[in-house]
Amino acid sequence: MQGGVERATGEKMVLNFGPQHPATHGTLRIVLELDGESILKATPHAGYLHTGFEKLGEHLDYNQYIVVTDRMNYLSPLSNNFGYVLAVEQLLDIEVPKRCQYIRILMAELSRVADHLLWLGTAALDLGAFSVFLYSFREREKLYSIFEKTTGARLTTSYTRVGGVLRDLYDGCEEDVRQFTSDFPKALKETHTLLTRNRIWMDRTKNVGPIAADDAINYGLTGPCLRATGVAHDIRKAEPYSSYDEVTFEVPVGSNGDAYDRYLVRMEEMIQSCGIITQVLDNMPDGPVNVEDNKITMPNKSDAYGHIEGLIHHFKVVMDGHGVQPPKGEHYCATESPNGELGFYIVSDGSGTAYRIRIRPPSFFHFQALPHMLEGGMVSDTVAVLGSLNVIAGELDR
Amino acid sequence: MNEEKEIEEQPKPLVLQKLEEHHADALLSKDETRGTVVVVIRKEQAYAVLEYLKTDPELAYTFLVDVTAVDNSQMESELMQFDYARFMVVYQLYSYQGQCRLRVKVPVHENDLNTLSVTGLWQGANWLERETYDMFGINFEGHPDLRRILMPDDFEGHPLQKDYPLRGRGERESFNFDKQNA
Repeated sequence: MQGGVERATGEKMVLNFGPQHPATHGTLRIVLELDGESILKATPHAGYLHTGFEKLGEHLDYNQYIVVTDRMNYLSPLSNNFGYVLAVEQLLDIEVPKRCQYIRILMAELSRVADHLLWLGTAALDLGAFSVFLYSFREREKLYSIFEKTTGARLTTSYTRVGGVLRDLYDGCEEDVRQFTSDFPKALKETHTLLTRNRIWMDRTKNVGPIAADDAINYGLTGPCLRATGVAHDIRKAEPYSSYDEVTFEVPVGSNGDAYDRYLVRMEEMIQSCGIITQVLDNMPDGPVNVEDNKITMPNKSDAYGHIEGLIHHFKVVMDGHGVQPPKGEHYCATESPNGELGFYIVSDGSGTAYRIRIRPPSFFHFQALPHMLEGGMVSDTVAVLGSLNVIAGELDR
Repeated sequence: MNEEKEIEEQPKPLVLQKLEEHHADALLSKDETRGTVVVVIRKEQAYAVLEYLKTDPELAYTFLVDVTAVDNSQMESELMQFDYARFMVVYQLYSYQGQCRLRVKVPVHENDLNTLSVTGLWQGANWLERETYDMFGINFEGHPDLRRILMPDDFEGHPLQKDYPLRGRGERESFNFDKQNA
């Protein structure tokens, strides 16, 4: 059935979209049944990037698993790092120092902007707007330089640790970030002038792939895709984690739930994130970035080399079966990742390795709801709708 | 004994009050950890309870956050507590109205892996149940399209079961083309 033309049932034609297609941005596949150019049925297929992340979680210790979370939503690895360690910390019943919470918010919001920028560039590129792609990648590059200076890597950041972060911000980080937040709104305005009232862009996205609020909830949509339908729900507001209750920001919502609204919501979210970043920098507290519990975080290098206690603590944190060991129990922790609700459900049996780690990826639900938005539309809308959902194969298949 | 007293002193969450009132016979255990109510429901009544949780106007758990399972075969304490049911199907629910989370767990015995599908209540359950079937082998009755989703269609076994080895059961050996052609 896959591929080729099916003539047995009248004029119906089966078209294979993906797994290798310039607009899938990863390996995912949609089988479209067409009548002329209108879509009768769309069947999404997932699993091409399945890597067994959940199985790996049962064999790696809690800090080792942070490396795996980088590879889930690879557009915003810092948000995944954040969501995962937050779940482990809540399971351990520890709270990280204020400075660490602020640094984590800072990094999560910067990566939200980076994620939306990449989405913006590629979604516009898929519909033929090449300049937008260049503009958004230019801005994204600035963010990736900040990530690289902070974490040492552009993509595989692994910045957070259970009970803290890898290291404090580098000298001059504040200036770099402030430079970005002051330049960025101007750059985003350029994109607005290119797209928002652009006849072609509006024709390609307005009333394309709409979904009603009830259906969106029923399908489990979260994040910008849910807010585009008019539901003003944001986990950062509803269940404030880290220190999100200490910053003020608006939750942008749409009304039609179509590709154009999803675009507007993401554009406004970037501006709101910039506001959060400025507040975080203004109020950044001093102090340690790691919890002062050497059973959980690594001691200073000078302690590890200079004192026997430090050496023992270093050894215990690193060695298998001696490190972070949450009490027996289970916990589900949800965070607002750029794409929506990213949840980690961790079952602990009291050992240093999780008994079960379940990841609740937002893209899984968005990709599942794709037929609802496509069926009845035109084949050329497939690219517009898929682009507007920002399905990331890494977290879709895990 | 002491624990029971402590629970009584705190105001009981609405969902527990209502479940005890309407579905007391289905409740196997109830608990509240880190702000989330966790209930364990008898498998036979699971669908009815989930339907009640979704449709009751005061509770309105309209958002099915997640469906997954846990293989408790290496967790002796859990096994003993729920009559040696090997699997625990876990539903995470959220109520936009009450802004609260709820975790519903349903024990499933290894000799009867069938449980009712909730795709009729939530469209989003479709792929979640497919994944749970794929990874654990739990059979959701009434599911419109219960196929594997992440693993290939011809795959044998269910990789997230605890007795499935991390490095597989030799599936990857077929990638060794030198050996195959020799």
